[in-house]
Amino acid sequence: MAKEKTFFEKLKAWPLLLPVVALILVMAVNIIYDAVNGNNPFSFFTITLQNTTANGTVLYGRIIDILNRGSEAAILAIGMTLVVSSSAGTDISVGSVMSLAASVCCVTLAGYGVSSTTELARPLIVGVLAGIAIGCLCGAFNGFLVAHLKIQPMVATLILFTAARSIGLLVCNDLIVYVRNPQFGFFGSFFGPIPTPIIITAICVAVTALVLSKTALGTYIQSVGINAKASRIAGLNSKTIIFMTYMLCGLFAGIAGIINGSRITSADSNNIGLYMELDAILAVALGGNSLGGGKFNLAGSIIGAYTIQAITTTLYALGVSSAQAPVYKAVIVIIIVAIQAPPVKAYFRKRNAAKAAVAKEA
Amino acid sequence: MKKTKINGNTLLLLITIALFVVMYIGGIAAYGSRGFSRLQTFLDILKTNAGLICMASGLTVVMLTAGIDISVGALVAMDCMILACGMEAGIGAVPMMIIVILIGLVFGAVQGFLVGYLEIQPFIVTMAGMFFARGMTAVISTDQKSITEQINPLFYKLANIKIKLPFGGYTNRKGVYMAPNISVGVVIALLVLILIFLMLRYTKFGRSLYAIGGSEQSAAMMGLNVKFTKMKAYILSSFLTSIGAICFCLNTMAASVQQALGYEMDAISSAVIGGTLLTGGVGNVIGTFFGVLINGTISAIVKTNGKLASSWPSILTAALLFLFIVIQSIFAAIREKQKG
Amino acid sequence: MEKDVVLEARGITMTFPGVKALDDVQLTLRKGEIHALMGENGAGKSTLIKCLTGINDFESGEIHIDGIDGPVKNHSTRDAQNVGISTVYQEVNLCPNLSVAENLFIGREPLTALHTIDRASYNKRSQKIMDDLGITVDVTQNLENYSLAIQQMVAIARAVDMDCKVLILDEPTSSLDDEEVEKLFVLMRSLREKGVAIVFVTHFLEQVYAVCDRITVLRNGTFVGEYPVEELPRVKLVAAMMGKDLDDLAAIEKETVDIKNAEVVIDAEKLAHIGTVKPFDLKIHKGEVIGVGGLLGSGRSELARSIYGADKANTGKLKVKGNEVKINQPIDAMNLGMGMLPDDRKAEGIIGDLSIRENIILAVQAKRGTFKPIPMKKQEELADYYIDLLSIKCPGREAKINQLSGGNQQKVILARWLATDADFLILDEPTRGIDVGTKSEIQKLVVDLAKQGKSIMFISSEISEMLRTCNRMVIMRDGEKVNELSGEDQLTQDGVMAAIAGGDKSNG
Repeated sequence: MAKEKTFFEKLKAWPLLLPVVALILVMAVNIIYDAVNGNNPFSFFTITLQNTTANGTVLYGRIIDILNRGSEAAILAIGMTLVVSSSAGTDISVGSVMSLAASVCCVTLAGYGVSSTTELARPLIVGVLAGIAIGCLCGAFNGFLVAHLKIQPMVATLILFTAARSIGLLVCNDLIVYVRNPQFGFFGSFFGPIPTPIIITAICVAVTALVLSKTALGTYIQSVGINAKASRIAGLNSKTIIFMTYMLCGLFAGIAGIINGSRITSADSNNIGLYMELDAILAVALGGNSLGGGKFNLAGSIIGAYTIQAITTTLYALGVSSAQAPVYKAVIVIIIVAIQAPPVKAYFRKRNAAKAAVAKEA
Repeated sequence: MKKTKINGNTLLLLITIALFVVMYIGGIAAYGSRGFSRLQTFLDILKTNAGLICMASGLTVVMLTAGIDISVGALVAMDCMILACGMEAGIGAVPMMIIVILIGLVFGAVQGFLVGYLEIQPFIVTMAGMFFARGMTAVISTDQKSITEQINPLFYKLANIKIKLPFGGYTNRKGVYMAPNISVGVVIALLVLILIFLMLRYTKFGRSLYAIGGSEQSAAMMGLNVKFTKMKAYILSSFLTSIGAICFCLNTMAASVQQALGYEMDAISSAVIGGTLLTGGVGNVIGTFFGVLINGTISAIVKTNGKLASSWPSILTAALLFLFIVIQSIFAAIREKQKG
Repeated sequence: MEKDVVLEARGITMTFPGVKALDDVQLTLRKGEIHALMGENGAGKSTLIKCLTGINDFESGEIHIDGIDGPVKNHSTRDAQNVGISTVYQEVNLCPNLSVAENLFIGREPLTALHTIDRASYNKRSQKIMDDLGITVDVTQNLENYSLAIQQMVAIARAVDMDCKVLILDEPTSSLDDEEVEKLFVLMRSLREKGVAIVFVTHFLEQVYAVCDRITVLRNGTFVGEYPVEELPRVKLVAAMMGKDLDDLAAIEKETVDIKNAEVVIDAEKLAHIGTVKPFDLKIHKGEVIGVGGLLGSGRSELARSIYGADKANTGKLKVKGNEVKINQPIDAMNLGMGMLPDDRKAEGIIGDLSIRENIILAVQAKRGTFKPIPMKKQEELADYYIDLLSIKCPGREAKINQLSGGNQQKVILARWLATDADFLILDEPTRGIDVGTKSEIQKLVVDLAKQGKSIMFISSEISEMLRTCNRMVIMRDGEKVNELSGEDQLTQDGVMAAIAGGDKSNG
């Protein structure tokens, strides 16, 4: 009975199979495209050092670009993974909260009513902390609604989805606040030769992974997500745990918002974080996590986030405009989730079994 | 008549209606001098939101099955773009409207199949639908289109039909009697509303939607065809959205990639304020109608004031959402306590 | 087919990946009989029922139904209903948000000339159906406003009204109290008079002898035999189910505790939870097994839950080992050395998607705190130790708990609490829905734990099992603690029954 699993069976059971396969496919498309067009087929993977006037010698290449641009989605995906796991729901406010955090950060740094500045009105750290704090506050608000008032996550976060961006606009006095200051711009540019967002993402992922492995939080979150009542009887405080995941999600949204604001050295309330909640949720789903909560796989979500960015970057490279890209994204998403759908899996299992039966008889 | 006990859901609907009345009276008290008290102001709210009423009705149907459809806003943009481009290319208004409705049916059928038969989460499916429709709009054209009399006289005429009402008019400063009027879109929207209300209450399909929302497993055990019913709900949603898109287009006479951005959330918040639960099984289009009216009234008040920042309507909507959600959760807690 | 036979299933075989769930099983139902389908957990009862109702797709075998030529194969519950097979499950499968009448008629509503549903007509018919069954409800009210028992009756009423020839009742009694069960039996007998063949699945042996005419026994997916009730006394039935001669749940050696000298572990004074338990006093000693008897809804679970903090007590004092304590939530109670196995295993016990290991260590981990994770090696040791100790049948410690049978799941939850080394364990219906063999294992374990000096609160709806294990019993009625029984002379089946029923029979 206890037969050794074949390599193929092991591979099938690997939780990261889907996101990794998706990522490999995207790379393959790049290689083929480059080869067909007579470019170096591996230009996708080429990383070079380039001299720029603004930032000195920096790393350059499509992979670096994907890692850089995918940072916000990856950071959001961390928080989203935890939220999905603990509460079987999604936080759709993260994009809006990003925008609010960027607004608060920029206004703190520029001063209320100022539309453009090169000088910081307050120390950089104050602005950054203000942005992160407002993110946490938003997360706490969502967490309170979900954990204590027992409101469905989507409805609860719909409130800030609608309001946060607008509040940001109010804070900015209906202006786009520009903070053209290299100190502030740092979070969106380079640290040495490496883009800062990549470093920040790496730190966020590392800290989260460390906390999850060195504490029992991971088990707690999954346990609460699977059966909150039973977890309570077993001594877990499910409310606190759910609340905490939302707060973390808000925290990460704050960080992502500041990075995004720093990239464009402004608080553009109407555009920062637009549709980012969808990318984050997609990353979680792509990572092989069930949106029904419970078991989670952080690495999957992160790979998922970068896969989405890789798809976007590839589409741009293929000459698809940014407005049209969603069509392809939609088709890809549907294919990915459809092959994972239980009825489809059951169908293939049945067909394989039938084939095996035929083979046996023959 | 048998005495019926008022349950929590009915009470919630009454609160929604009361809130609308209070808010509207507040608007009249504050801006009566600027014409807020006229019947026409109310009718204009209906006119502006005719499309939203259709969309939100469809969404309510989907939400009853514990699903969600966030593709509606993008579908409106795509439909409007198809209408505008088609008419620009010289195709008549009627064929174009039929085409748009057919597209809605197909769009809904695909989404419904994915949700009903492949059991993929509705949020993901309709999110993909939203990406697809929004992107497709850009594929068709990234221009700002507007439909003028030259492009299609029939559509233009349809948009400008004013159906005069025999009451509630006023005499303006020049002494001319202004009869209140409604547009074709409003008539369509109200018809949709009534039909969906009747469908939910008096047809097998309508009751099956509630049953599935109440307990999908039970509905299946009781021999209902859950998969097909769900699929039909999504078809209906996209169908009504396409009708809504026509109403919307009649009102704006324009099309662009950015059109109806965020309308899905307006529709969802209208339904939630109207007492529809996202967990399914509870809700009604009448509530949704008042939800739309509340949202519309907020916008109208902010517009009439003229000085408030443009971000206020969404903040106020969010505040209302918060209020309603808290009331709902208190009701739920009370019910739980009574039972336990 | 034989005369009077309404349904005959022959040679039903069905395999799940790796397991032969049914192997050449047969079932014959005659007109107007109540037929018990018996077997331990995993014997194949549910699988067989699912084959009949079209949920499972069996591989070989034939089902013949009276009045239909050729073998019948159902592919959905709807198919099954069309050939006259209706099923009522343990969990009520109705829609709580619809009215009672709608639940009775949904999917087959009478229509008006306009093809709309005829509400007035089915409301009237529903009221008549419920009145005829002697159940007082307002059919226009939502189902969620009624108790679980009424909901169960509505489910049966729906099945019956669909002109079924075969009515399958899959453990309908597990959430009903005695009085409600009696009502159900009246209903079943009247259906038998009308010629319906009823398949009755239950874990309660007494109920089989109370209503059934015939018994089919399954074991490990095979057919053991079909017997008239008179020819299969209880002991033989158990033997047929278990496949070995069981000394009828051998008497368990109880330890007699000297209450006067034993340390008082739990001392509740006027403890209460408004709405469910009225103020009660209770002392529990070291090494004592205390039973809590009473009907369902008498407050027997709620009494335990208020001590444990699952439902926070509103008033009263609680002393643990002499110190007054305040318990706001379960973790507080756990830190004081308590543990509770809740009655609803699915809703409050198992964490379905987690592994056996994770389920076992969960409570221990919660006690240690978030920042002191148990090293993986220690977790594995703990899991293996308890899998071995309680002989949990599983593919390995990393298997998901929801892959196990009910009895094994219950053992895992027990292991969770044993691992915390609690001094005071509350076991609420630890043997509900599990097979006879595991039942007696758990009972033995309870007595063993008491011998080791632990205190146990044992709550059960089976008086006999409490009599076997308890030193003392508390009797609950209508949320009130009405009596305490101890000693050989008071702890008898009749004595306990009388105490539960109370002196005044008029209200019972």
